[in-house]
Amino acid sequence: MYTELSTVESREKLNGNAYLLKVKAPQIAKSIKPGQFCNIKVSETNYPLLRRPFSVCYAEEDSVYFMFDIQGEGTKMLAEKKPGDRLNILGPLGNGFDTEGDYDTAVLIGGGIGVAPFPLLTEKLEGKEIVTFVGARSADHVIKWGMKNIVTATDDGSEGFNGNVIACFQSEVHKLEKRKIRIFGCGPNPMLKALQKEAINKYDCQLSMESAMACGFGICQGCPIKKSQGEGYYLVCKDGPVFESDKIIIE
Amino acid sequence: MIDLSVQIGKLKLKNPVLLASGTVGYGNEIAELTDLSKLGGIVTKSLSLKPRIGNPPQRVCETSSGMLNAIGLANVGVEVFIKEKIPFLKKLNTTIICNIAASSVEEYVECTRILTREEAIAAFEINVSCPNVKDGGLEFGNNLQAVAQITNKVKAVTDKPVIIKLSPNVSRISEFAKAVKDNGGDAVSAINTLVGTAFDIWTKKPKIKNVTGGLSGPAIKPVALAKVLEISRNVEIPIIGIGGIMDWKDAAEFMIAGASAVQIGTVNFINPKAGEEIIDGLIEYCKKMSIGRIADLTASYEI
Repeated sequence: MYTELSTVESREKLNGNAYLLKVKAPQIAKSIKPGQFCNIKVSETNYPLLRRPFSVCYAEEDSVYFMFDIQGEGTKMLAEKKPGDRLNILGPLGNGFDTEGDYDTAVLIGGGIGVAPFPLLTEKLEGKEIVTFVGARSADHVIKWGMKNIVTATDDGSEGFNGNVIACFQSEVHKLEKRKIRIFGCGPNPMLKALQKEAINKYDCQLSMESAMACGFGICQGCPIKKSQGEGYYLVCKDGPVFESDKIIIE
Repeated sequence: MIDLSVQIGKLKLKNPVLLASGTVGYGNEIAELTDLSKLGGIVTKSLSLKPRIGNPPQRVCETSSGMLNAIGLANVGVEVFIKEKIPFLKKLNTTIICNIAASSVEEYVECTRILTREEAIAAFEINVSCPNVKDGGLEFGNNLQAVAQITNKVKAVTDKPVIIKLSPNVSRISEFAKAVKDNGGDAVSAINTLVGTAFDIWTKKPKIKNVTGGLSGPAIKPVALAKVLEISRNVEIPIIGIGGIMDWKDAAEFMIAGASAVQIGTVNFINPKAGEEIIDGLIEYCKKMSIGRIADLTASYEI
């Protein structure tokens, strides 16, 4: 865990209202694992007050990439950063995806900006077969940056499968029948809940969860997620954000 | 050389900067990001006799220059704290103040009675003012007799300094500080969070599940300062100032208004090194102002 005062190197507009920001943050870049996140201070003033959590999208040498879309004031300010601007970044935070183990095909399922951690995951999965299901509202919101072997699903049918990404996966999964698969899911809660239901007792599946949080490293206790067994909560920031799909209750 | 040490009743701190309860966990997570030995001390997460799982999500949300939280005193309980958290805390070269929350007077007394045997704990901060729990919490915090009784009974089972953390959600906070003093309390912490709420205008639902939460951050600083000043002008008791401190200037302002020490809270979530930076800033400030003993800053306001 480091706090790095980093420098924006480049900003690229992707599809829809998604952006890709490359920042120089050597300590974080060298230690980041796919599925981990950073907590970014988007301004130098007390507005907005809290840091914002973002998955790390990709890392190379001294730099990390963040993929995000504009959802509120914080992400709007982040999207306005120019090369040379400074950003205070805290990371790497949380536990990432577990890529070790006995499977031959990685099935990546992402909804909307939930695809953000997939480029780094794709690189880490070298040697495995990869199928990436990318869901979006419409063709102009489909994001493919840094991903491989993509199957798209759009809510309005403007590209690929006509429907949501879980229905798309269900219609395609017969093609993977003889394979030993592990699913990596990331996206909005309703999507992950549907994926969890699909995966239960059937597939080896890890889900990357999103939650409102303040600190990102376990001191504020602001991001609980219910345990499926026993009483109480895990913290999304510290125990997650990636969980085995049968360990949590998504509400 | 500036003398940074301050005295809170019987408790001597190497400097006036403490990390507030609920914003430092049990020390281990934040220790990775800052050197806790540089601080005046840390106040551990509120402990109750039995573990508490806390409130359901969503527990936090951001507001204008502040944040609302309704964590609900999630904590490991006294037994696990002694077994699993104290060994780490013992290794820290800083003052450990243990915060206690409870839903009955007996529970406050029992927690203090058990924990007072632990050498690593230098003092107790009694949380009579959590706005986020059904039993106890604010019901005690705005009941003068309850605060008096808790102070009195807790003092009877420990020789260690007892600090009472007061609620701002009362009309005359100084009356509560006086009740603490009259019952042998060593100091007061002022303030705990303010009751607040926030709604999503599109769904019309509250932004946090508990509906109301505790407001903290820069938004509450002027309120906190006024409460510290009120106590300082009316009661002779050491005050630990808390509420929206983001940097050394805020810390100095609290001391001028009457605080002997300060606690920083919400800023730890944003800048885990804030405590260290505030101490450095206060040293520079003292040099510029030719202040030899930082304790001289306390209640140095000129009105």
